[in-house]
Amino acid sequence: MSHDPQKPEKVYYFGTCLMDTIYPEAGLAGLKLIQHEGVQVIFPREQSCCGQPAYNSGFPKEARKVALTQVRLFTENYPIVVPSGSCAAMMKHHYPLLFAGDANLELIQQFSKRIVELSEFLVRTLKIKMEDRGQPIKVTWHSSCHALREMHIIEYSKSLIRQLQNVELIELQNEHECCGFGGTFAIKQPNISGAMVSDKVADAQQTGAERLLAGDCGCLMNISGAMDYQKVPVRSQHLAEFIWERTHAK
Amino acid sequence: MPNDTGPNFQQNASRALNDKQLRKNFKFAMGNFILKRKQIFSDESKTEQLRQIGNDIKRRALSQLPQLLEQLEEKCTQNGIQVHWAETLSEANQHVLRIMQTHRATRLVKGKSMVSEEMGLNDFLQKKGIEARETDLGEFIIQLNNEKPSHIIVPAIHKNKKQIAQIFHEKLSDTPYTEDVEELNAIARETLRKKFFDAQVGLSGVNFAVAETGTLCLIENEGNGRMSTTVPPVHIAVMGLEKVVEKLADVPPLLRLLTGSATGQLITTYVNMITSPRKDGERDGPREVHLIILDNGRSKILSDPQLRQTLQCIRCGTCLNHCPVYTRIGGHAYGFVYPGPIGKILNPQIEGLKKAGELATASSLCEACAEVCPVKIPIPQLLRRLRNESYASDSFSTVKDSGYKKNLIETIAWKSWEMMNTHPLINTIGQKIMSRLGAQIPKIGPLKQWTRHRTAPKFASKSLHQLIDEEGIQDE
Repeated sequence: MSHDPQKPEKVYYFGTCLMDTIYPEAGLAGLKLIQHEGVQVIFPREQSCCGQPAYNSGFPKEARKVALTQVRLFTENYPIVVPSGSCAAMMKHHYPLLFAGDANLELIQQFSKRIVELSEFLVRTLKIKMEDRGQPIKVTWHSSCHALREMHIIEYSKSLIRQLQNVELIELQNEHECCGFGGTFAIKQPNISGAMVSDKVADAQQTGAERLLAGDCGCLMNISGAMDYQKVPVRSQHLAEFIWERTHAK
Repeated sequence: MPNDTGPNFQQNASRALNDKQLRKNFKFAMGNFILKRKQIFSDESKTEQLRQIGNDIKRRALSQLPQLLEQLEEKCTQNGIQVHWAETLSEANQHVLRIMQTHRATRLVKGKSMVSEEMGLNDFLQKKGIEARETDLGEFIIQLNNEKPSHIIVPAIHKNKKQIAQIFHEKLSDTPYTEDVEELNAIARETLRKKFFDAQVGLSGVNFAVAETGTLCLIENEGNGRMSTTVPPVHIAVMGLEKVVEKLADVPPLLRLLTGSATGQLITTYVNMITSPRKDGERDGPREVHLIILDNGRSKILSDPQLRQTLQCIRCGTCLNHCPVYTRIGGHAYGFVYPGPIGKILNPQIEGLKKAGELATASSLCEACAEVCPVKIPIPQLLRRLRNESYASDSFSTVKDSGYKKNLIETIAWKSWEMMNTHPLINTIGQKIMSRLGAQIPKIGPLKQWTRHRTAPKFASKSLHQLIDEEGIQDE
């Protein structure tokens, strides 16, 4: 394991399209957690989506255009913090593949190197220490596939939960199994995806936890949608929002 | 077999999803395989080193495949093994038939071979009046029940003990119903023993063919492979042309990777290294050994530098075991010989996208397969490539039916997506409309599919952009 990075003065924040439209509070919470540690956060306003939806669906040209639009907004050499394992993996590991043989490859590589997922940034770079002000609660944790297998940051996310004294983390039986989201997979193969998310919901229920936490809004949208549909009384929430609420309770 | 437009994957998958017994059988069996693999590959860094070695060996072999195949032919011929080339499935079947006819043989015993499944050999021979009897226990069970394999290494894994007991009772004469595993094994052994002695020709697959020495490696746990390749006077081995490796020294690491990944074993009970027919003075072994080397689209796959990684596969089946889709629908739902993640990349390339391209959409790209593949095939990346190929035919495409899925609706949808996400003003307006509409957005198209199992996503009344503006966060 390499040395932990130095705490920077400024960082960029990439808010992701799902946070922008569906989970803005979670996006803001992640940003505030960084600010609260004394780092200046810059949010380039023209940012939109990392391009993963098209990249995974057979439309690489469209993905490249959207990706390049993002890359050109993050010009200074600051770390780029991304509150999603999946979008971070797209920008860190898949951009160089998407632009292989492209004239912009060098620009892309410079960008990709600076991508860091929020949990890892809070733990390794900021060495965040938190005080839990919330009531005792049992939670469970869902690992997103790309956070787990491409970014390898799950232990950072879980270590954040474990810092909270009044939070009991009960692990899922099949924590390493996909929730069935997969972007357009959920649309193209609705029944297989539906079977996968139903199993995930059942797994969450058997833990007895009252809340399911995750670090990716795609998984959250999928799992919470299925929980709502099945009227399961487990609430799901992005890790950043959960942490912010518990450490800055009103 | 699939028809021209291919099997109806969604329908098959939905049927499998509703089969509670099937799902239970797969969940249980796959869970066990995952555990066994984990136990044998407990040292992560050593496993990673070994996987890299496996990847290197297979890439090295593929990079010089034509030469290695020529060398293999030369060495085999020197050793007394007769080599036959088959560009198509039909040619491969004809080779088998001709050898059978030369010996006036009507009875064949078979060790497990996925290439023979690819050839549809059993049906082909049956039409010619030749009985092809499967001797691998799993294959034996499903052949009795007129089924195809549901897994590439454990073909009857979709059946539980009770179902097998019922098949034996119904399909084998004078067989009382028993659920005792020892008894079931004994019934199979006794039935098969007679077939081994009775057969005039034995057929097997090949796990690795060594160019350096002309050696055919065949690994198995039941001894049926050894029986099939030594008891009958003639042995026919069939292999896909990607099975050749350069040196004998390449075999141990690949063997270790194969057995560890497949069944969590250090080594299989039987490792057969076949280098020649029976020599003068030897007391056993077949008098003739034939090797049929099949192409069936593989050399075309080889010609594409990215897709050729498909041919690194050593058929361990661990990608199936770890796949959340395969675990839920089983092997038959795929509708092709090779199921699971490897099938999703292999079948569309062999059969064409029109017939099998749908398979490439049946993945959440969760990376579970890539994480465990013993030769590090980047399956999700190859799935993305096949998805690209499905829509666009303008690249230097090598895949059959490239662009078959191109359609106006999706083209417009993704162009609009691109426009939204490259023009901030359009994006802002779009979002405002969506958050106003909220629950009134009609459940048609993608949202209809989404809401089959979930409630619709709720657009926030204020976007993150708005919240951040209100907080006064710095822009540049």
